[in-house]
Amino acid sequence: MIRPLVQIELYKIFKKWRTYIGFIAIGGLVIIIETAMLFEGQKSLDFMTRNLRDSFAFFGNLLNGFLISYLILNMLAVHIPFLITLVAGDLLAGEATAGTYRILLTRPVSRFQVVWSKFLAGNIYTLSLVIWLGIVSLGIGAIMFGFGELIVIGKDSIIILDRADVLWRFLFAYAFAALGMSVVCSLAFFFSSLVENAIGPIIATMSVIIVFIIISAINIEIFRTIRPYLFTNYILSWRLLFDTPVDTAKIVEAVIILLGHIVVLFGITAIIFKRKDILS
Amino acid sequence: MNSEEKIIEVSDLTKDFKEVKAVDSLSLNVIRGDVFGFLGPNGAGKSTTIRLLLTLIKPGAGTIKIFNKHLISERKSILKDVGAIIENPDFYMYLSAFKNLEILNRISGREIGSKRIMETLEIVGLSERADSKVKTYSHGMKQRLGIAQALLHDPELIILDEPTTGLDPQGMKEIRDLITFLCKEKNKTIFLSSHILSEVEQVANRMIIINKGKKIVEGNVRDLLNASDLKVSVEVLEIENAEQLIRQSQWADKLISRNEHTMIFNIQTDEIANLNKYLVENNFSVTAIVPTKSLETYFLKITEEAV
Repeated sequence: MIRPLVQIELYKIFKKWRTYIGFIAIGGLVIIIETAMLFEGQKSLDFMTRNLRDSFAFFGNLLNGFLISYLILNMLAVHIPFLITLVAGDLLAGEATAGTYRILLTRPVSRFQVVWSKFLAGNIYTLSLVIWLGIVSLGIGAIMFGFGELIVIGKDSIIILDRADVLWRFLFAYAFAALGMSVVCSLAFFFSSLVENAIGPIIATMSVIIVFIIISAINIEIFRTIRPYLFTNYILSWRLLFDTPVDTAKIVEAVIILLGHIVVLFGITAIIFKRKDILS
Repeated sequence: MNSEEKIIEVSDLTKDFKEVKAVDSLSLNVIRGDVFGFLGPNGAGKSTTIRLLLTLIKPGAGTIKIFNKHLISERKSILKDVGAIIENPDFYMYLSAFKNLEILNRISGREIGSKRIMETLEIVGLSERADSKVKTYSHGMKQRLGIAQALLHDPELIILDEPTTGLDPQGMKEIRDLITFLCKEKNKTIFLSSHILSEVEQVANRMIIINKGKKIVEGNVRDLLNASDLKVSVEVLEIENAEQLIRQSQWADKLISRNEHTMIFNIQTDEIANLNKYLVENNFSVTAIVPTKSLETYFLKITEEAV
């Protein structure tokens, strides 16, 4: 029974105009960034490597599709969550606003089936958004810049990855990014179960993410203590995939923590939804 | 099939919203084949009761059995044979009527097919607008679509909460005719909540009146009406002579007032024919007899008494 329910939820999601805002925004943003990099990218790369140029000589096509895609993926934590909450925040609250809970929940399906199918559909949307990001950033990057070695500049290190060694890292990085965004989806979905208007979950989710990111960015003792408990601390752990060697243990730990968040958030949402009196 | 088979059996149903008792120890029975009127003033607890019957909210106490099955434990199997409209008919506005019904049909897990969907839309007069988005529909059209979704899977029990709200008089009549048709021709059992009392009076065979969540009275519509006096306005030619005759007859005590063309009597329903006969036998031409007291007056009286 879940499969048709998920299909229905996806149909409903993709019949709404707001669903395409995310795809249009990402597509547009990537084109703008890559066009800007076409004209100004070399300057930016020179600026990024200014301190290293005294000690190293750089050869080859360093301003390439991999580098641009890597930089774009870094924007993920702040920008894409907003696009996800537009849809995920509406999944349950939207039914309450429209009054359609009444026709939906008087059908011979359990509430768990309803909430589970909506959750899966929301995550499929999230996954599709991240896949779209990967396709457009790598695709347009390849067309405009071609591919080459990837230069990853850290605080106190520089890693240059061979062209043949990069693509698999991107595939895993996008998979990891999808997992991180799934936590955002789960959070928006949770807020969506509490209210009867989709604006609330969008604002609440973005507020949580912004507050967590700020706490993570401010380097004082009390925030350092809290940081390991904030999911935003792990959303950008895909960067670990571009280290050499890759710290698998840290990545697995981040995956487990993010999965834990998803399970807990969905569990609470399911309990709330199951007990909810439908008064809308 | 037992003709007295209970389709809905509610016992001591109670639902509180914080301090407010929305439904208070309510018990009722709906028999197979009934058009069961569910009456009460605004805020009486009608919609809350219907939401309880459809598991949209959970009871604080009491039990509900539908088709002789416990609602909580056998919810899915019960809802397969229940169609319902609850208050305003709300749909996915960005989808067409056909698509809305198709989705609801798939959720119900039934393989009905496009033909049945179109047939149902035909019944409610929406087949020509099947592909229009619901957001382009008027309130009346949405109400009809609400009825269509309730009938789509051919349920045994149809629960209708204010089904004629927002409809024009013609639309209201069509719904009443549809209810009668479904009950008599299709053997459906209908639970009809309404504040339009004449609607219940015209289509229901049994009814319950509730107020402040409590049952006030339950029974056959006709018995309940007969239990109450009616005010009957009788229009007759030569009214002065007719009044004289009445003043000297057994009807004298029942004559309340007289104006230029009519006399007003306070009598019971089954006495109307005798009064008419008496006047006609005494060579008076009765041009109209209008009962001015109906279920509405009875309803007002009984709900006021209960306050």
